[in-house]
Amino acid sequence: MVTPLRTREGGPATGRPAFRRSRGEGPFRFATTGAGILLLAIMAAIAVFLIVKAVPALQANTSHFLTEKIWTPNSTKPVFGIAALAFGTVISSFLALIMALPVAIGVALFISHYAPRRLAGVLGYVIDLLAAVPSVVYGLWGVIFLIPFMKGPSTFLNTYFGWIPLFAGDAVYGKSILTGSIVLGIMILPIIAAISREVFLQAPTSLEEASLALGATRWEMIRMSVLPFGRPGVISAAMLGLGRAMGETIAVALIFPATFDITFKVLSANGNSIAANIANGFGEATPIGQGALIASGLVLFVITLVVNTAARLIIARRKEYSRAAA
Amino acid sequence: MAKQIEVSDLDAYYGSHKAIEGITMTIEPRSVTAFIGPSGCGKSTFLRTLNRMHEVIPGARVEGKILLEDQDLYGSDIDPVSVRRTVGMVFQRPNPFPTMSIFDNVAAGLRLNGRVTKSETQGIVESSLKDANLWNEVKDRLNKPGAGLSGGQQQRLCIARAIAVNPSVLLMDEPCSALDPISTLAIEDLISKLKNDYTIVIVTHNMQQAARVSDRTAFFNLAGQGQPGKLVEMDDTSKIFTNPTQKATEDYITGRFG
Ligand SMILES: Nc1ncnc2c1ncn2[C@@H]1O[C@H](COP(=O)(O)OP(=O)(O)OP(=O)(O)O)[C@@H](O)[C@H]1O
Ligand SMILES: [Mg+2]
Repeated sequence: MVTPLRTREGGPATGRPAFRRSRGEGPFRFATTGAGILLLAIMAAIAVFLIVKAVPALQANTSHFLTEKIWTPNSTKPVFGIAALAFGTVISSFLALIMALPVAIGVALFISHYAPRRLAGVLGYVIDLLAAVPSVVYGLWGVIFLIPFMKGPSTFLNTYFGWIPLFAGDAVYGKSILTGSIVLGIMILPIIAAISREVFLQAPTSLEEASLALGATRWEMIRMSVLPFGRPGVISAAMLGLGRAMGETIAVALIFPATFDITFKVLSANGNSIAANIANGFGEATPIGQGALIASGLVLFVITLVVNTAARLIIARRKEYSRAAA
Repeated sequence: MAKQIEVSDLDAYYGSHKAIEGITMTIEPRSVTAFIGPSGCGKSTFLRTLNRMHEVIPGARVEGKILLEDQDLYGSDIDPVSVRRTVGMVFQRPNPFPTMSIFDNVAAGLRLNGRVTKSETQGIVESSLKDANLWNEVKDRLNKPGAGLSGGQQQRLCIARAIAVNPSVLLMDEPCSALDPISTLAIEDLISKLKNDYTIVIVTHNMQQAARVSDRTAFFNLAGQGQPGKLVEMDDTSKIFTNPTQKATEDYITGRFG
Protein backbone atom coordinates (compact mmCIF):
# COMPACT_ATOMS: atom_id res chain seq x y z
CA MET A 1 0.00 0.00 0.00
CA VAL A 2 1.22 3.46 -0.89
CA THR A 3 1.32 6.05 1.84
CA PRO A 4 0.93 9.69 0.78
CA LEU A 5 4.21 11.52 0.46
CA ARG A 6 5.00 14.25 2.91
CA THR A 7 7.08 17.25 2.05
CA ARG A 8 9.20 19.25 4.39
CA GLU A 9 7.72 22.71 3.98
CA GLY A 10 4.21 21.61 3.30
CA GLY A 11 4.67 22.28 -0.41
CA PRO A 12 3.32 19.97 -3.05
CA ALA A 13 4.58 16.43 -2.87
CA THR A 14 7.26 15.77 -5.43
CA GLY A 15 7.97 12.43 -7.05
CA ARG A 16 10.50 11.45 -4.41
CA PRO A 17 10.60 11.77 -0.66
CA ALA A 18 12.51 14.79 0.54
CA PHE A 19 15.26 12.88 2.32
CA ARG A 20 16.31 11.26 -0.91
CA ARG A 21 16.94 14.63 -2.46
CA SER A 22 18.99 15.91 0.42
CA ARG A 23 21.01 12.72 0.53
CA GLY A 24 21.82 13.11 -3.19
CA GLU A 25 22.88 16.66 -2.54
CA GLY A 26 25.89 15.67 -0.45
CA PRO A 27 28.12 14.10 -3.09
CA PHE A 28 27.05 16.68 -5.66
CA ARG A 29 27.90 19.58 -3.42
CA PHE A 30 31.17 17.89 -2.54
CA ALA A 31 32.01 17.41 -6.22
CA THR A 32 31.25 21.01 -7.26
CA THR A 33 32.99 22.57 -4.28
CA GLY A 34 35.93 20.24 -4.82
CA ALA A 35 36.19 21.17 -8.48
CA GLY A 36 36.11 24.85 -7.60
CA ILE A 37 38.83 24.49 -4.97
CA LEU A 38 40.94 22.35 -7.27
CA LEU A 39 40.74 24.96 -10.00
CA LEU A 40 41.81 27.71 -7.62
CA ALA A 41 44.62 25.52 -6.29
CA ILE A 42 45.94 24.79 -9.79
CA MET A 43 45.85 28.47 -10.68
CA ALA A 44 47.61 29.39 -7.46
CA ALA A 45 50.23 26.72 -8.11
CA ILE A 46 50.88 28.06 -11.60
CA ALA A 47 51.18 31.60 -10.27
CA VAL A 48 53.58 30.52 -7.53
CA PHE A 49 55.67 28.54 -10.00
CA LEU A 50 55.95 31.49 -12.38
CA ILE A 51 56.81 33.93 -9.62
CA VAL A 52 59.41 31.57 -8.16
CA LYS A 53 61.00 31.29 -11.60
CA ALA A 54 60.87 35.02 -12.21
CA VAL A 55 62.26 36.28 -8.91
CA PRO A 56 65.90 35.07 -9.31
CA ALA A 57 66.05 36.61 -12.77
CA LEU A 58 64.69 39.90 -11.47
CA GLN A 59 67.30 39.82 -8.70
CA ALA A 60 70.09 39.13 -11.19
CA ASN A 61 68.95 42.03 -13.35
CA THR A 62 71.41 44.90 -13.27
CA SER A 63 68.87 47.39 -14.55
CA HIS A 64 65.31 48.49 -13.71
CA PHE A 65 62.88 45.89 -14.99
CA LEU A 66 59.99 48.30 -15.53
CA THR A 67 61.89 51.14 -17.23
CA GLU A 68 64.72 49.43 -19.07
CA LYS A 69 64.29 48.97 -22.84
CA ILE A 70 67.19 46.62 -23.55
CA TRP A 71 66.61 42.86 -23.38
CA THR A 72 69.86 40.95 -22.83
CA PRO A 73 69.12 38.60 -19.96
CA ASN A 74 71.34 35.81 -21.31
CA SER A 75 74.61 37.69 -21.00
CA THR A 76 76.85 37.26 -17.98
CA LYS A 77 75.75 40.67 -16.77
CA PRO A 78 72.00 40.48 -17.45
CA VAL A 79 70.31 43.72 -18.50
CA PHE A 80 66.63 43.58 -19.32
CA GLY A 81 63.44 45.57 -18.95
CA ILE A 82 59.86 45.44 -20.09
CA ALA A 83 59.41 49.05 -21.27
CA ALA A 84 59.90 48.63 -25.01
CA LEU A 85 58.10 45.28 -25.15
CA ALA A 86 55.08 46.49 -23.18
CA PHE A 87 54.90 49.60 -25.32
CA GLY A 88 55.03 47.52 -28.48
CA THR A 89 52.33 45.20 -27.20
CA VAL A 90 50.01 48.06 -26.34
CA ILE A 91 50.50 50.12 -29.47
CA SER A 92 50.24 47.19 -31.88
CA SER A 93 47.12 45.84 -30.18
CA PHE A 94 45.37 49.19 -30.09
CA LEU A 95 46.23 49.81 -33.74
CA ALA A 96 44.78 46.40 -34.54
CA LEU A 97 41.63 47.20 -32.58
CA ILE A 98 41.21 50.61 -34.19
CA MET A 99 41.41 49.00 -37.62
CA ALA A 100 39.29 45.97 -36.83
CA LEU A 101 36.47 47.43 -34.73
CA PRO A 102 34.69 49.63 -37.31
CA VAL A 103 34.92 46.92 -39.95
CA ALA A 104 33.69 44.26 -37.51
CA ILE A 105 30.72 46.40 -36.44
CA GLY A 106 29.88 47.09 -40.06
CA VAL A 107 30.06 43.40 -40.97
CA ALA A 108 27.97 42.47 -37.93
CA LEU A 109 25.30 45.06 -38.75
CA PHE A 110 25.23 43.98 -42.36
CA ILE A 111 24.66 40.38 -41.37
CA SER A 112 22.11 41.17 -38.65
CA HIS A 113 20.10 43.95 -40.27
CA TYR A 114 20.81 44.37 -43.97
CA ALA A 115 21.64 41.11 -45.68
CA PRO A 116 18.86 38.90 -46.99
CA ARG A 117 18.33 35.92 -44.72
CA ARG A 118 20.07 33.37 -46.94
CA LEU A 119 23.16 35.52 -47.43
CA ALA A 120 23.22 36.39 -43.72
CA GLY A 121 23.38 32.70 -42.85
CA VAL A 122 26.28 32.06 -45.22
CA LEU A 123 28.19 35.13 -44.05
CA GLY A 124 27.66 34.24 -40.41
CA TYR A 125 29.06 30.81 -41.09
CA VAL A 126 32.09 32.22 -42.91
CA ILE A 127 32.81 34.58 -40.00
CA ASP A 128 32.66 31.71 -37.52
CA LEU A 129 34.99 29.75 -39.76
CA LEU A 130 37.48 32.61 -39.98
CA ALA A 131 37.46 32.92 -36.20
CA ALA A 132 38.61 29.31 -36.01
CA VAL A 133 41.62 29.64 -38.34
CA PRO A 134 44.85 28.96 -36.39
CA SER A 135 46.90 32.08 -35.87
CA VAL A 136 50.03 30.63 -37.46
CA VAL A 137 48.16 30.62 -40.76
CA TYR A 138 47.58 34.36 -40.47
CA GLY A 139 51.24 34.74 -39.49
CA LEU A 140 52.47 32.87 -42.56
CA TRP A 141 50.17 34.86 -44.79
CA GLY A 142 51.62 38.00 -43.22
CA VAL A 143 55.18 36.91 -43.91
CA ILE A 144 54.66 35.61 -47.42
CA PHE A 145 52.17 38.12 -48.75
CA LEU A 146 51.70 41.16 -46.54
CA ILE A 147 55.33 42.05 -45.73
CA PRO A 148 56.34 42.44 -49.39
CA PHE A 149 52.98 43.99 -50.23
CA MET A 150 53.11 46.65 -47.51
CA LYS A 151 56.19 48.31 -48.95
CA GLY A 152 54.04 50.33 -51.39
CA PRO A 153 51.26 51.49 -49.08
CA SER A 154 53.80 52.25 -46.33
CA THR A 155 55.80 54.46 -48.66
CA PHE A 156 52.59 56.23 -49.65
CA LEU A 157 51.63 56.84 -46.02
CA ASN A 158 55.12 58.02 -45.18
CA THR A 159 55.24 60.40 -48.15
CA TYR A 160 51.83 61.99 -47.84
CA PHE A 161 50.93 61.51 -44.19
CA GLY A 162 54.41 61.67 -42.71
CA TRP A 163 53.33 64.71 -40.70
CA ILE A 164 51.31 62.31 -38.54
CA PRO A 165 53.82 61.00 -35.95
CA LEU A 166 52.68 57.40 -36.54
CA PHE A 167 53.73 57.49 -40.18
CA ALA A 168 56.88 59.59 -39.72
CA GLY A 169 60.40 58.28 -40.21
CA ASP A 170 63.27 58.36 -42.69
CA ALA A 171 62.77 54.91 -44.13
CA VAL A 172 59.87 52.48 -44.33
CA TYR A 173 59.90 48.73 -44.13
CA GLY A 174 57.41 45.97 -44.86
CA LYS A 175 58.44 44.13 -41.72
CA SER A 176 57.02 46.70 -39.32
CA ILE A 177 54.69 47.21 -36.40
CA LEU A 178 52.01 48.37 -38.81
CA THR A 179 52.15 45.15 -40.81
CA GLY A 180 51.93 43.14 -37.62
CA SER A 181 49.01 45.25 -36.45
CA ILE A 182 47.17 44.65 -39.71
CA VAL A 183 47.60 40.90 -39.31
CA LEU A 184 46.42 41.19 -35.70
CA GLY A 185 43.46 43.26 -36.83
CA ILE A 186 42.46 40.67 -39.40
CA MET A 187 42.84 37.96 -36.77
CA ILE A 188 40.59 39.61 -34.20
CA LEU A 189 38.04 40.88 -36.70
CA PRO A 190 36.04 37.63 -36.96
CA ILE A 191 35.67 37.20 -33.23
CA ILE A 192 34.55 40.80 -32.71
CA ALA A 193 32.16 40.56 -35.66
CA ALA A 194 30.73 37.23 -34.49
CA ILE A 195 29.99 38.47 -30.97
CA SER A 196 28.66 41.82 -32.15
CA ARG A 197 26.36 40.08 -34.61
CA GLU A 198 24.92 37.94 -31.81
CA VAL A 199 24.34 41.05 -29.71
CA PHE A 200 22.73 43.01 -32.55
CA LEU A 201 20.42 40.12 -33.34
CA GLN A 202 19.16 40.24 -29.76
CA ALA A 203 18.07 43.86 -30.01
CA PRO A 204 14.38 43.75 -29.01
CA THR A 205 11.90 44.00 -31.88
CA SER A 206 9.82 46.34 -29.73
CA LEU A 207 12.65 48.89 -29.66
CA GLU A 208 13.28 48.58 -33.38
CA GLU A 209 9.59 49.11 -34.07
CA ALA A 210 9.56 52.06 -31.68
CA SER A 211 12.04 53.95 -33.81
CA LEU A 212 10.58 52.81 -37.13
CA ALA A 213 7.14 54.01 -36.01
CA LEU A 214 8.64 57.46 -35.37
CA GLY A 215 9.71 57.57 -39.00
CA ALA A 216 13.27 56.39 -38.68
CA THR A 217 15.09 55.04 -41.73
CA ARG A 218 16.82 51.73 -41.31
CA TRP A 219 20.13 53.35 -40.44
CA GLU A 220 18.43 55.71 -37.97
CA MET A 221 16.67 52.72 -36.45
CA ILE A 222 20.04 51.03 -36.00
CA ARG A 223 21.47 54.14 -34.37
CA MET A 224 18.51 54.63 -32.03
CA SER A 225 17.63 51.07 -31.11
CA VAL A 226 20.30 48.57 -32.06
CA LEU A 227 23.62 50.26 -31.31
CA PRO A 228 22.72 51.58 -27.83
CA PHE A 229 21.36 48.17 -26.93
CA GLY A 230 24.44 46.43 -28.30
CA ARG A 231 26.99 48.81 -26.79
CA PRO A 232 28.02 46.78 -23.74
CA GLY A 233 28.26 43.65 -25.86
CA VAL A 234 30.37 45.36 -28.48
CA ILE A 235 32.67 46.73 -25.80
CA SER A 236 33.08 43.23 -24.39
CA ALA A 237 33.78 41.90 -27.86
CA ALA A 238 36.36 44.62 -28.48
CA MET A 239 38.09 43.86 -25.19
CA LEU A 240 38.14 40.18 -25.97
CA GLY A 241 39.69 41.03 -29.33
CA LEU A 242 42.19 43.36 -27.70
CA GLY A 243 43.14 40.64 -25.23
CA ARG A 244 43.69 38.22 -28.08
CA ALA A 245 45.81 40.74 -29.94
CA MET A 246 47.95 41.39 -26.87
CA GLY A 247 48.46 37.72 -26.19
CA GLU A 248 48.98 36.71 -29.80
CA THR A 249 52.38 35.13 -30.17
CA ILE A 250 53.27 33.23 -33.23
CA ALA A 251 51.83 35.47 -35.95
CA VAL A 252 53.57 38.58 -34.63
CA ALA A 253 56.78 36.73 -33.77
CA LEU A 254 57.09 36.12 -37.50
CA ILE A 255 56.42 39.72 -38.47
CA PHE A 256 57.56 42.24 -35.84
CA PRO A 257 61.05 43.68 -36.42
CA ALA A 258 62.16 42.38 -33.00
CA THR A 259 64.13 45.42 -31.86
CA PHE A 260 63.89 46.99 -28.43
CA ASP A 261 62.88 50.57 -29.05
CA ILE A 262 60.01 52.75 -27.93
CA THR A 263 58.81 54.51 -31.03
CA PHE A 264 55.51 55.66 -32.46
CA LYS A 265 56.92 55.31 -35.96
CA VAL A 266 54.98 52.20 -36.87
CA LEU A 267 56.42 52.06 -40.41
CA SER A 268 60.02 51.79 -39.25
CA ALA A 269 61.98 48.59 -38.69
CA ASN A 270 61.62 48.93 -34.93
CA GLY A 271 59.38 47.34 -32.37
CA ASN A 272 58.43 44.12 -30.69
CA SER A 273 55.85 42.73 -28.30
CA ILE A 274 56.00 40.78 -25.07
CA ALA A 275 54.46 37.66 -26.55
CA ALA A 276 56.57 37.75 -29.70
CA ASN A 277 59.72 38.21 -27.63
CA ILE A 278 58.85 35.17 -25.52
CA ALA A 279 58.26 33.05 -28.60
CA ASN A 280 61.48 34.18 -30.24
CA GLY A 281 63.66 33.99 -27.16
CA PHE A 282 62.59 31.07 -25.05
CA GLY A 283 64.47 28.41 -27.00
CA GLU A 284 67.98 29.74 -26.46
CA ALA A 285 67.36 31.27 -23.05
CA THR A 286 69.57 30.59 -20.04
CA PRO A 287 67.74 29.95 -16.75
CA ILE A 288 68.00 33.65 -15.99
CA GLY A 289 66.74 34.44 -19.48
CA GLN A 290 63.80 32.12 -18.97
CA GLY A 291 62.99 33.79 -15.68
CA ALA A 292 63.12 37.16 -17.39
CA LEU A 293 60.73 35.99 -20.09
CA ILE A 294 58.37 34.61 -17.45
CA ALA A 295 58.47 37.95 -15.66
CA SER A 296 57.53 39.64 -18.93
CA GLY A 297 54.64 37.19 -19.28
CA LEU A 298 53.38 38.21 -15.85
CA VAL A 299 53.47 41.84 -16.95
CA LEU A 300 51.41 40.91 -20.02
CA PHE A 301 48.91 39.27 -17.70
CA VAL A 302 48.66 42.44 -15.64
CA ILE A 303 48.16 44.59 -18.74
CA THR A 304 45.34 42.34 -19.94
CA LEU A 305 43.78 42.49 -16.51
CA VAL A 306 43.88 46.29 -16.48
CA VAL A 307 42.28 46.46 -19.93
CA ASN A 308 39.52 44.09 -18.90
CA THR A 309 38.82 45.99 -15.70
CA ALA A 310 38.65 49.23 -17.63
CA ALA A 311 36.13 47.67 -19.99
CA ARG A 312 34.02 46.46 -17.10
CA LEU A 313 34.02 49.93 -15.60
CA ILE A 314 32.88 51.43 -18.90
CA ILE A 315 30.04 48.93 -19.09
CA ALA A 316 29.05 49.38 -15.45
CA ARG A 317 28.90 53.15 -15.76
CA ARG A 318 26.06 52.81 -18.28
CA LYS A 319 24.23 50.15 -16.29
CA GLU A 320 21.54 52.48 -15.07
CA TYR A 321 20.59 53.28 -18.64
CA SER A 322 21.04 49.80 -19.99
CA ARG A 323 18.22 48.10 -18.16
CA ALA A 324 16.45 46.52 -21.12
CA ALA A 325 13.00 47.82 -21.93
CA ALA A 326 10.05 45.88 -20.60
CA MET B 1 -3.87 68.56 -39.36
CA ALA B 2 -6.09 65.63 -38.37
CA LYS B 3 -6.73 63.61 -41.50
CA GLN B 4 -9.34 61.22 -42.77
CA ILE B 5 -8.43 57.64 -43.65
CA GLU B 6 -10.26 55.73 -46.32
CA VAL B 7 -9.58 52.01 -46.62
CA SER B 8 -10.88 49.98 -49.51
CA ASP B 9 -10.80 46.22 -49.98
CA LEU B 10 -7.64 45.65 -47.95
CA ASP B 11 -5.99 42.22 -47.49
CA ALA B 12 -2.91 41.60 -45.38
CA TYR B 13 -0.70 38.53 -45.43
CA TYR B 14 2.01 36.94 -43.31
CA GLY B 15 3.82 34.91 -45.95
CA SER B 16 1.09 32.78 -47.47
CA HIS B 17 -1.25 33.21 -44.49
CA LYS B 18 -3.98 35.75 -45.13
CA ALA B 19 -4.63 37.46 -41.79
CA ILE B 20 -7.30 39.97 -42.82
CA GLU B 21 -9.50 40.18 -45.88
CA GLY B 22 -11.62 42.69 -47.71
CA ILE B 23 -11.59 45.50 -45.17
CA THR B 24 -13.35 48.66 -46.28
CA MET B 25 -13.96 51.54 -43.90
CA THR B 26 -13.69 55.27 -43.39
CA ILE B 27 -12.01 56.68 -40.29
CA GLU B 28 -13.11 60.21 -39.50
CA PRO B 29 -10.71 62.96 -38.48
CA ARG B 30 -10.88 64.56 -35.02
CA SER B 31 -12.61 61.53 -33.56
CA VAL B 32 -11.77 58.30 -31.78
CA THR B 33 -12.36 55.04 -33.60
CA ALA B 34 -12.21 51.82 -31.58
CA PHE B 35 -11.40 48.38 -33.00
CA ILE B 36 -12.87 45.48 -31.04
CA GLY B 37 -13.04 41.77 -31.70
CA PRO B 38 -11.80 38.41 -30.46
CA SER B 39 -8.10 37.63 -30.17
CA GLY B 40 -6.43 36.77 -33.45
CA CYS B 41 -9.04 38.41 -35.68
CA GLY B 42 -6.44 40.79 -37.10
CA LYS B 43 -7.01 44.08 -35.26
CA SER B 44 -3.30 44.67 -34.70
CA THR B 45 -2.50 43.54 -38.22
CA PHE B 46 -4.99 45.99 -39.68
CA LEU B 47 -3.81 48.81 -37.42
CA ARG B 48 -0.24 48.24 -38.58
CA THR B 49 -1.23 48.45 -42.23
CA LEU B 50 -2.38 52.02 -41.54
CA ASN B 51 1.17 53.29 -41.03
CA ARG B 52 2.99 50.69 -43.13
CA MET B 53 4.45 48.98 -40.08
CA HIS B 54 3.00 45.67 -41.24
CA GLU B 55 5.59 45.27 -43.99
CA VAL B 56 8.43 45.57 -41.45
CA ILE B 57 7.81 41.90 -40.55
CA PRO B 58 9.68 39.57 -42.93
CA GLY B 59 7.34 38.07 -45.50
CA ALA B 60 4.42 40.35 -44.63
CA ARG B 61 2.58 42.20 -47.41
CA VAL B 62 -0.57 44.16 -48.09
CA GLU B 63 -3.05 44.31 -50.98
CA GLY B 64 -5.67 46.97 -51.42
CA LYS B 65 -5.85 50.69 -51.03
CA ILE B 66 -5.59 53.18 -48.18
CA LEU B 67 -6.10 56.89 -48.74
CA LEU B 68 -4.91 59.41 -46.17
CA GLU B 69 -6.93 62.45 -47.27
CA ASP B 70 -5.98 62.28 -50.96
CA GLN B 71 -2.68 60.48 -50.64
CA ASP B 72 -2.44 56.80 -51.55
CA LEU B 73 -0.40 55.33 -48.67
CA TYR B 74 0.70 52.35 -50.75
CA GLY B 75 1.37 54.38 -53.90
CA SER B 76 4.60 53.49 -55.65
CA ASP B 77 6.03 56.97 -55.06
CA ILE B 78 5.33 56.96 -51.32
CA ASP B 79 8.18 56.43 -48.86
CA PRO B 80 7.03 54.31 -45.89
CA VAL B 81 9.32 56.38 -43.66
CA SER B 82 7.37 59.53 -44.45
CA VAL B 83 4.07 57.70 -43.86
CA ARG B 84 5.22 56.73 -40.37
CA ARG B 85 6.10 60.35 -39.64
CA THR B 86 2.51 61.34 -40.44
CA VAL B 87 0.82 58.37 -38.78
CA GLY B 88 2.13 57.83 -35.26
CA MET B 89 1.84 54.65 -33.25
CA VAL B 90 1.69 53.63 -29.59
CA PHE B 91 2.31 49.98 -28.85
CA GLN B 92 0.67 47.54 -26.48
CA ARG B 93 3.73 47.27 -24.27
CA PRO B 94 5.46 50.52 -23.35
CA ASN B 95 8.74 50.66 -25.25
CA PRO B 96 10.76 53.73 -24.30
CA PHE B 97 14.36 53.73 -25.48
CA PRO B 98 16.13 52.33 -22.41
CA THR B 99 19.45 54.07 -22.99
CA MET B 100 17.87 57.48 -23.46
CA SER B 101 16.76 59.97 -20.84
CA ILE B 102 13.12 60.98 -20.53
CA PHE B 103 13.88 64.15 -22.43
CA ASP B 104 15.72 62.36 -25.22
CA ASN B 105 12.93 59.81 -25.55
CA VAL B 106 10.45 62.55 -26.32
CA ALA B 107 12.92 64.39 -28.55
CA ALA B 108 13.92 61.24 -30.44
CA GLY B 109 11.47 61.69 -33.30
CA LEU B 110 12.17 65.41 -33.58
CA ARG B 111 15.86 64.78 -34.00
CA LEU B 112 15.13 62.42 -36.87
CA ASN B 113 13.63 65.29 -38.77
CA GLY B 114 16.75 67.23 -37.93
CA ARG B 115 15.48 70.74 -38.52
CA VAL B 116 14.64 71.78 -34.97
CA THR B 117 16.74 74.10 -32.84
CA LYS B 118 17.58 73.40 -29.24
CA SER B 119 15.03 75.81 -27.81
CA GLU B 120 12.32 74.55 -30.16
CA THR B 121 13.07 71.00 -29.01
CA GLN B 122 12.82 72.11 -25.40
CA GLY B 123 9.44 73.70 -26.02
CA ILE B 124 8.04 70.74 -27.95
CA VAL B 125 9.25 68.23 -25.36
CA GLU B 126 7.58 70.21 -22.61
CA SER B 127 4.28 70.66 -24.45
CA SER B 128 4.21 66.99 -25.52
CA LEU B 129 4.78 65.84 -21.96
CA LYS B 130 2.05 68.21 -20.80
CA ASP B 131 -0.32 66.89 -23.45
CA ALA B 132 0.50 63.37 -22.29
CA ASN B 133 -0.32 64.29 -18.67
CA LEU B 134 3.19 63.38 -17.61
CA TRP B 135 4.92 66.73 -17.24
CA ASN B 136 4.26 67.25 -13.53
CA GLU B 137 5.56 63.80 -12.65
CA VAL B 138 8.82 64.04 -14.59
CA LYS B 139 9.70 67.71 -14.89
CA ASP B 140 12.33 67.41 -12.15
CA ARG B 141 14.03 64.38 -13.61
CA LEU B 142 14.06 64.85 -17.37
CA ASN B 143 17.64 63.61 -17.50
CA LYS B 144 16.87 60.31 -15.80
CA PRO B 145 16.41 57.20 -17.93
CA GLY B 146 12.94 56.59 -19.31
CA ALA B 147 13.13 52.96 -18.24
CA GLY B 148 13.06 54.09 -14.61
CA LEU B 149 9.42 55.16 -14.82
CA SER B 150 6.42 53.04 -13.83
CA GLY B 151 4.60 51.13 -16.54
CA GLY B 152 1.81 53.69 -16.79
CA GLN B 153 4.28 56.56 -16.88
CA GLN B 154 6.30 54.75 -19.54
CA GLN B 155 3.20 54.38 -21.69
CA ARG B 156 2.41 58.07 -21.34
CA LEU B 157 6.05 58.78 -22.21
CA CYS B 158 5.55 56.73 -25.38
CA ILE B 159 2.43 58.74 -26.17
CA ALA B 160 4.39 61.97 -25.63
CA ARG B 161 7.10 60.62 -27.93
CA ALA B 162 4.50 59.83 -30.60
CA ILE B 163 2.77 63.21 -30.48
CA ALA B 164 6.01 65.20 -30.31
CA VAL B 165 6.49 64.77 -34.07
CA ASN B 166 3.02 66.22 -34.62
CA PRO B 167 1.42 63.37 -36.56
CA SER B 168 -1.94 63.62 -38.29
CA VAL B 169 -3.11 60.26 -37.04
CA LEU B 170 -2.37 58.40 -33.82
CA LEU B 171 -2.72 54.60 -33.74
CA MET B 172 -2.87 52.87 -30.36
CA ASP B 173 -2.73 49.11 -29.98
CA GLU B 174 -4.23 48.18 -26.61
CA PRO B 175 -2.38 51.05 -24.93
CA CYS B 176 -3.84 50.29 -21.50
CA SER B 177 -3.60 46.52 -21.39
CA ALA B 178 -0.50 46.56 -19.20
CA LEU B 179 -1.74 49.29 -16.89
CA ASP B 180 -3.57 49.69 -13.61
CA PRO B 181 -7.04 51.32 -13.52
CA ILE B 182 -5.71 54.72 -12.51
CA SER B 183 -3.14 54.89 -15.29
CA THR B 184 -5.83 53.60 -17.63
CA LEU B 185 -8.13 56.45 -16.69
CA ALA B 186 -5.30 58.93 -17.15
CA ILE B 187 -4.71 57.63 -20.65
CA GLU B 188 -8.42 57.61 -21.49
CA ASP B 189 -8.67 61.25 -20.40
CA LEU B 190 -5.68 61.94 -22.56
CA ILE B 191 -7.30 60.27 -25.56
CA SER B 192 -10.44 62.36 -25.13
CA LYS B 193 -8.30 65.48 -25.05
CA LEU B 194 -6.10 64.50 -27.98
CA LYS B 195 -9.01 63.81 -30.29
CA ASN B 196 -9.51 67.54 -30.75
CA ASP B 197 -6.29 67.62 -32.73
CA TYR B 198 -5.71 64.12 -34.05
CA THR B 199 -7.41 61.25 -35.77
CA ILE B 200 -7.23 58.50 -33.18
CA VAL B 201 -7.60 54.77 -33.68
CA ILE B 202 -7.49 52.52 -30.64
CA VAL B 203 -7.56 48.74 -30.39
CA THR B 204 -9.03 47.49 -27.13
CA HIS B 205 -10.34 44.34 -25.53
CA ASN B 206 -12.14 46.38 -22.92
CA MET B 207 -15.74 47.01 -23.96
CA GLN B 208 -16.25 49.69 -21.33
CA GLN B 209 -13.18 51.45 -22.59
CA ALA B 210 -14.40 51.37 -26.17
CA ALA B 211 -17.77 52.69 -25.01
CA ARG B 212 -16.16 55.41 -22.89
CA VAL B 213 -13.60 56.85 -25.28
CA SER B 214 -14.68 56.16 -28.83
CA ASP B 215 -17.06 57.89 -31.22
CA ARG B 216 -17.12 55.08 -33.75
CA THR B 217 -16.56 51.37 -33.18
CA ALA B 218 -15.54 48.69 -35.65
CA PHE B 219 -16.13 45.04 -34.81
CA PHE B 220 -13.85 42.44 -36.40
CA ASN B 221 -14.36 38.73 -36.40
CA LEU B 222 -12.98 35.62 -38.02
CA ALA B 223 -15.08 32.82 -39.41
CA GLY B 224 -12.88 30.07 -37.98
CA GLN B 225 -9.35 28.89 -37.24
CA GLY B 226 -6.97 29.74 -40.07
CA GLN B 227 -9.55 31.94 -41.78
CA PRO B 228 -8.79 35.61 -42.39
CA GLY B 229 -10.35 38.19 -40.09
CA LYS B 230 -13.04 40.46 -41.50
CA LEU B 231 -14.80 43.67 -40.59
CA VAL B 232 -18.28 42.67 -39.40
CA GLU B 233 -19.71 46.11 -38.86
CA MET B 234 -18.77 49.66 -38.07
CA ASP B 235 -21.04 52.31 -36.68
CA ASP B 236 -21.42 54.99 -34.05
CA THR B 237 -20.29 53.60 -30.74
CA SER B 238 -23.65 54.23 -29.09
CA LYS B 239 -25.37 52.26 -31.84
CA ILE B 240 -22.92 49.34 -31.72
CA PHE B 241 -23.33 48.98 -27.98
CA THR B 242 -27.10 49.38 -27.85
CA ASN B 243 -28.49 48.22 -31.13
CA PRO B 244 -25.97 46.49 -33.42
CA THR B 245 -27.12 45.37 -36.85
CA GLN B 246 -25.27 42.04 -36.81
CA LYS B 247 -26.02 39.13 -34.52
CA ALA B 248 -22.29 38.37 -34.13
CA THR B 249 -21.62 41.85 -32.83
CA GLU B 250 -24.38 41.59 -30.29
CA ASP B 251 -23.14 38.20 -29.13
CA TYR B 252 -19.64 39.54 -28.74
CA ILE B 253 -20.43 42.67 -26.79
CA THR B 254 -22.87 40.90 -24.51
CA GLY B 255 -20.31 38.21 -23.81
CA ARG B 256 -22.25 35.42 -25.48
CA PHE B 257 -19.39 34.88 -27.84
CA GLY B 258 -18.26 31.51 -29.10
N1 LIG C 1 4.38 38.25 -36.88
C1 LIG C 1 3.45 37.38 -37.33
N2 LIG C 1 3.81 36.38 -38.14
C2 LIG C 1 2.89 35.50 -38.59
N3 LIG C 1 1.58 35.55 -38.29
C3 LIG C 1 1.15 36.52 -37.49
C4 LIG C 1 2.06 37.50 -36.95
N4 LIG C 1 1.38 38.35 -36.18
C5 LIG C 1 0.09 37.93 -36.22
N5 LIG C 1 -0.05 36.84 -37.00
C6 LIG C 1 -1.29 36.14 -37.28
O1 LIG C 1 -2.24 37.02 -37.85
C7 LIG C 1 -3.50 36.83 -37.29
C8 LIG C 1 -4.03 38.12 -36.71
O2 LIG C 1 -3.20 38.50 -35.64
P1 LIG C 1 -3.34 39.89 -34.90
O3 LIG C 1 -2.16 40.04 -34.02
O4 LIG C 1 -3.56 40.96 -35.90
O5 LIG C 1 -4.65 39.67 -34.03
P2 LIG C 1 -5.32 40.62 -32.97
O6 LIG C 1 -6.72 40.81 -33.39
O7 LIG C 1 -4.52 41.83 -32.77
O8 LIG C 1 -5.29 39.72 -31.68
P3 LIG C 1 -5.12 40.17 -30.14
O9 LIG C 1 -6.43 40.74 -29.74
O10 LIG C 1 -4.83 38.91 -29.43
O11 LIG C 1 -4.02 41.15 -30.08
C9 LIG C 1 -3.37 35.71 -36.28
O12 LIG C 1 -3.81 34.52 -36.89
C10 LIG C 1 -1.91 35.63 -36.00
O13 LIG C 1 -1.53 34.31 -35.74
MG1 LIG D 1 -3.29 42.60 -31.15
